Amino acid sequence: MTLYGFLFYIVAAIIIGSTAMAVTRRNLVHVVIYLVLSFFGTAMLFYLLGAPMLAVLEVIIYAGAIMVLFLFVIMMIRVDSLEEVIPPFRQRLPAMLLGGLYLGCALLMARGTPGAGASLPLLTASPKELALYVFGEHWFTIELVSLLLLAALMGVLNLGRMKADEAGKEKSA
Amino acid sequence: MIAPFSHVLALAAVVFTLGAYCAVARRNLIMMVLGVEIMINAACIALVGASLRWGSLEGQSFVLFILAVAATEVSVGLAIIVYAFRRAGSFDPDAYNSLK
Repeated sequence: MTLYGFLFYIVAAIIIGSTAMAVTRRNLVHVVIYLVLSFFGTAMLFYLLGAPMLAVLEVIIYAGAIMVLFLFVIMMIRVDSLEEVIPPFRQRLPAMLLGGLYLGCALLMARGTPGAGASLPLLTASPKELALYVFGEHWFTIELVSLLLLAALMGVLNLGRMKADEAGKEKSA
Repeated sequence: MIAPFSHVLALAAVVFTLGAYCAVARRNLIMMVLGVEIMINAACIALVGASLRWGSLEGQSFVLFILAVAATEVSVGLAIIVYAFRRAGSFDPDAYNSLK
């Protein structure tokens, strides 16, 4: 096993471990911190798989922007309202069985995919190559994404403008 | 030589399962949205690995667009969650029962 292969398995273990810790914690702040660790691991994996631009974007957008947005929302609301009901084991059992079934099928498919046994080459796509490809082949999708972001901005502004008392009035009406 | 492509797909499958568990089993709207984020992240891992496997930039450009869509989804989703919290005073989906 080469050094890069060794690094791959370490990073994979970090990602799976921190994600598993995140989905089982009760405290939402801990969940977000574990997920930041998981996204940093994903960024390292992207770098290892030859996507340095996406690795940087993963850190900036996912770990930097999205997780901080979650932290803001968690800190905005009352802490005592976070009591969460954990369903009994009897209700979780079917979900666990189906999840295990899905995982088994997915792993079998990963093994059976054509060309899946081939070892990955050590290649890197520089940000320049990626940018030339994206703006050459997918310029229309870029425009669509910008429209989508604009629509989301307007929607969020509209939602945020509604006052709490307004909402309460609607509730009582 | 890094690792077999199937191991990257297996990693993506495991992370996706964890995200699905988080979205389905937790009864907290914030945890459900976080589960969706984990699943999107797993899809990104599979796409970057496939992009390297076949030496094409298609997968990487897809991940770029997925990042934009995920950011949009989170901002709108969190705005809706905060609005719902103001109305119902809870993050439990069972508390949103004013239609009863």
